[in-house]
Formats: sequence, C-alpha cells, structure tokens
Amino acid sequence: MPSAPQTSGLRWSNWNLLLLVPLLMLITPFFNIAKPAVLGLPFFYWYQFAFVPVGVLCVGLVFIKTKDEPVEHGADHLAVDDLDAGDPKKGKR
Amino acid sequence: MQWTEFIVFTVLFLLVTVLGFFAAKWKQGDTLEHLDEWGLGGRKFGSWITWFLVGGDLYTAYTFVAVPALMFGAGAMGFFALPYTVILYPIVFLPLVRMWSVSRVHGYVTPADFVRGRYGSHWLALIIAVTGIVATMPYIALQLVGLEAVLRTMGLNGSGILGHLPLFVAFVVLALYTYQSGLRAPALIAFVKDTLIYLVIIVAVIYLPSKFGGWGEIFGDAQAKFDATPAPADGTLLNANNQLQYATLALGSALALFLYPHSLTGILASRGRKVIKRNMVALPAYSLLLGLLALLGYVAISAGVKPITNQATGRPDTNTIVPVLFGQEFPSWFAGIAFAAIGIGALVPAAIMSIAAANLWTRNIYKEYVKKDATPAQEAKQAKLASLVVKFGAVAFILFIDPQFSIDLQLIGGVMILQTLPAVAIALYTRWFHVWGMIAGWVVGMGWGMYLLYTIPNAAAGKNHFGGSALALDKLSLLGWHPFGGSTVQIYVGFVSLVANIVVAVVVTLIARKARVFNGTDQTAPADYHVDEDSPRVKAIAGH
Repeated sequence: MPSAPQTSGLRWSNWNLLLLVPLLMLITPFFNIAKPAVLGLPFFYWYQFAFVPVGVLCVGLVFIKTKDEPVEHGADHLAVDDLDAGDPKKGKR
Repeated sequence: MQWTEFIVFTVLFLLVTVLGFFAAKWKQGDTLEHLDEWGLGGRKFGSWITWFLVGGDLYTAYTFVAVPALMFGAGAMGFFALPYTVILYPIVFLPLVRMWSVSRVHGYVTPADFVRGRYGSHWLALIIAVTGIVATMPYIALQLVGLEAVLRTMGLNGSGILGHLPLFVAFVVLALYTYQSGLRAPALIAFVKDTLIYLVIIVAVIYLPSKFGGWGEIFGDAQAKFDATPAPADGTLLNANNQLQYATLALGSALALFLYPHSLTGILASRGRKVIKRNMVALPAYSLLLGLLALLGYVAISAGVKPITNQATGRPDTNTIVPVLFGQEFPSWFAGIAFAAIGIGALVPAAIMSIAAANLWTRNIYKEYVKKDATPAQEAKQAKLASLVVKFGAVAFILFIDPQFSIDLQLIGGVMILQTLPAVAIALYTRWFHVWGMIAGWVVGMGWGMYLLYTIPNAAAGKNHFGGSALALDKLSLLGWHPFGGSTVQIYVGFVSLVANIVVAVVVTLIARKARVFNGTDQTAPADYHVDEDSPRVKAIAGH
C-alpha cells in the first residue's frame, strides 16, 4: 500500500516482559498445597486469587509505560509526558 | 411452582426486552442497514460500554452454572477457570490492539476478513469462518442449558417437548430484538446483566459462608465428600495426574477465547486502542467474580444441595446446583433476582454469538461465494436473517437432541477454535507461515484433536467417547509410537493438537518456501497495525 508511511511493523518495549509474570500461575507445584490457610481458604485458592491483582498490575504498568506507541507519527519521547494522564482504571471518558 | 421467584424473574426479563427493542435507537448511526452498525454497533463503544459488553460476552451464564457444578463434582480441577481468566489478558493485550487497528483501517468485521486480507486466500478465510461458526453454535446452545437450569429450578420443569416451551418463548423474544437492534441490544442489556450478577455474587459470597460456619468448615465438608467417593481424581487439591491438565487447560482456554468470533466482535466494536487497553486492565474484575462463584460449588456441598432431575432427559442435572443453592438459601424475592441474573446472563452472550456467526456467514461465505456484488444493505439483511437461523438452530439442538450433545460439542469447539491460532493470531505479527502450511497444520490439528477426544472415555458418565478433554499421556501415540508409555499424567487435548498443528505448519512452510510456492498477496501494510481512532487512515464507518 503506497500511502502507508514507512514505519516498522513491530514495536518492542522491555515493559512488555511484565506480561509474562502472570504465567507463573501455571506452575502448579508452587501452590498445590493446603497450608497456610487464610480465612479458611487453603493456600491453593488464595494464592490464585492473589494473582488477579498481580495480573492487573502487570497489564496496567505495560499500558501506562507504552501509552504513546500508536498512530503514524509514533514518537517515543511522548511516553514520559503522559505518565500521569493515564490511570487505566479511571478512564477519562 | 415458585411464584415470587417467577414474578421477579419475569419483571426483569420484560425490562431487558424493552431495552432490547429500544437499543435500536441508542447511539444511532445514519443507518442500521450496514454491518458496521448492525453487527458492530457503529464501532464506537467507549470504555464503560465495552467493559460491560465484553464482560457480559466472555463470562456467560453457562460459565456461571458450569464452573461451580464442576467444583461440586470434581473439586480443585474446576478452579482452572481462575488462572484461565487471569493469564488471558496479559496474553491477548498486545495482539488485540493490532487486530483492532488493522480491522479499522480495512473495515474488517470478522477474523476471517483479516485472514482474507492478510493472505489473499479465500480458501484459508473459508476454513477460519467455518471453524468459527461450527465452534460457536454449540456455545449458543449451552447458553440455553444455563437458562433452562434456572427455568427448571423455578418449577417450569415439564417433560417432553412442552417442557422446553418457556425456553422457546424466551429465545423467540431474544431473536426478535437482536434482529432489530443488532449488537446494540446485548450492549445495552449487558448493563443490567452485569449489575445483577455482581450484586448476587457479592451477596452470596458474603452471606452464604457465614451460614455454614465459614470457609474452613466448607472446605472441610468438601474434602470429606471427595474422600468418601470412590473416584481418585477429585479433592480440594490437585493430584499428581491432573496438574499438567490444569495448567494446559487454563493456557489452552486462554489462547482460544479471543479466537472465538464473538469475543472479537466485542473488541472490534470498541472505539479505539485505549478503550481496549483499559479494558484489559479492568476486565479481571470479572475473573475475581468467577473465582468466588466457583467456590459456591463447595458451599452447595455444605448446604446439602441435590441437583434437580431434568424431566426432559430423566437425569440429575448438576448444572442446577447453583440455582438450587440460591433458591434454598435466599429469601424468594432475592432468589428471583439471582435467577434473573443467570437467565439474562444467557441472553447477552447468545445474542453476541449469533451476531458473530451471522457476520462470518455473510462476509466470508455469502459475499465470497453466493453474491459477490452484495451491497452493504444486502449484507446487513443477510446477517439479520442468518442470526435468526443460528438462534433457532441452537434451540433445535436443545429441543431435539440431548443437551449432553451440546456439552460434548462445546468441548470439541474449544479444540477446534484453537486450530485457527496460526492464521488469526500469529499472522498479526508475521507472514512467515505459508498459506499451505497453515492449511496443512489446521487439517492435522483438527483431525488429530477430534480423534483424541473421541478416544477419551468417561467411566463416571458411562460414556466410551468424548468423555472429557483430559488425555492420559500413555495414550498419546505418534503412528504407533508411545513416547510417554505407562504415564497416567493427563494433558489438555487442545494443547497437544495445537502443538501438532504448529509443527506441521512449520514443516510445510519450509517446504513451500523452498519450492517457491506463491504465498498470496498481503493487503495490509506494517503501519496499519498501529493506527488509532484519530488517524485519517481509518475507514469511514458504514461508508464502504
């Protein structure tokens, strides 16, 4: 497509590596035990519940740190300026 | 007959019916006679609407009844739903925004549209479209299973065809307003559905455990029940054999979910990349809910819940345990709200799924093979009709065929949709795979996956075939060679077949490249994958 500006098809940020952290949840020997229990919940259960905020945190950080990747002009230096504009949970709209 | 519950349920059902018809006027575009409008709600949903819509779409009524039922029956294995829906968002975070951008530039409505554009091959697109439709159909039927579990718990438990009448009425209403309003109907109803679901689950997990002496007692009761059964595989913890199954099922399901056409429909309907990214951060709220809901399966054990016998099939239906638990432990007016939450929870995904299947039919079969010069208005008309056909097909499934059959098909559907991963997801990043490599990989992955599922028995359910998705490694055979002979460790079939698919795709790709076979034309440009809503390059909505 001739009208397309010549930018690379792939963009990489080291922050993206955070997206791998929640995959630790798949290593069952780490947590397939009953003790210690919290509020009566065996370790197996509350450990996995604890990964919900971990997942949110990892994805949220990647979102904030890589905010300005998109669109054609694609300048990287904008990332710093927009840091506080983007609490992903609140949303501006 | 439980009148209070029934009246509350009916009132809420009527409310969403009104909303469903009214939705046609909500955030109205210039015309509804275009797939961008009817099938994607005008591609302009913001963060909140998308959160409710995608949440309502992914966390279905069937999930809400089946996951606790699995915990009730098998224990810890059923908890795979939590890791599944936690690892899901980090995995799809980056690919989904690429899919949104490229679809927005080229006006793609379905995943098969993307494949068509990326590889210029209508055959590969056809394979993707047919896989999507076949995998989605039983999923719609399962929403009916969820809805029916509630209707039967309220006492609408007639036998024979007449016993299905309430379900039929509910679905005709759904079909009519989906026909009229398109994706706007489930988007608007999702607000009601999700609010009710949050309310009910939060009340349930605060109120019910204290009634039975706290979580410690409940887990004790559950372990006592599992210890008493002869089955070795159940328990409140995993055992040596099912840990690999737990992890691969969670991973395989996470990889599969956004390959389903209906999940992608919710994403493509959103306004921009930020909306999607915000939702990837906010959607795990539903995962938390699902995890808590799963634990209600154990609460049902403590409460001594007995599943209702389905008068149409004559067997106890474990999918009724959550509705029965609510009916037994809540005051009847609140039980009515809980039933409505699950019932409406079936309507939202059923509507989105039928729209997604209709879009696939229209764009990738009708327009590709039947009527190449179809105008946008004709496409919209065709999709509306197709959505009716799809829904009544799903009802016919439940009416005339054993519901167990839809459950088996849904299991198969998950394995099937995974086979589209190279063409739909990997292709977002690279065109390295050759079109023939992907077709060959699909054939092998699909064939082998189906064969493996066929060989799995389930002694507890008295079945010789399609007894589950857990394959003992011992049974894994490569043309007669058993690499893991004697092992009783289980693995998810979808994972095995996906690995086979990719290996074959790589080998055939290398051969095809060596032989310099033509690899189709790519309509997309590298920059298309980063375009956002404010770019001049996005296609005008409903303008092509």
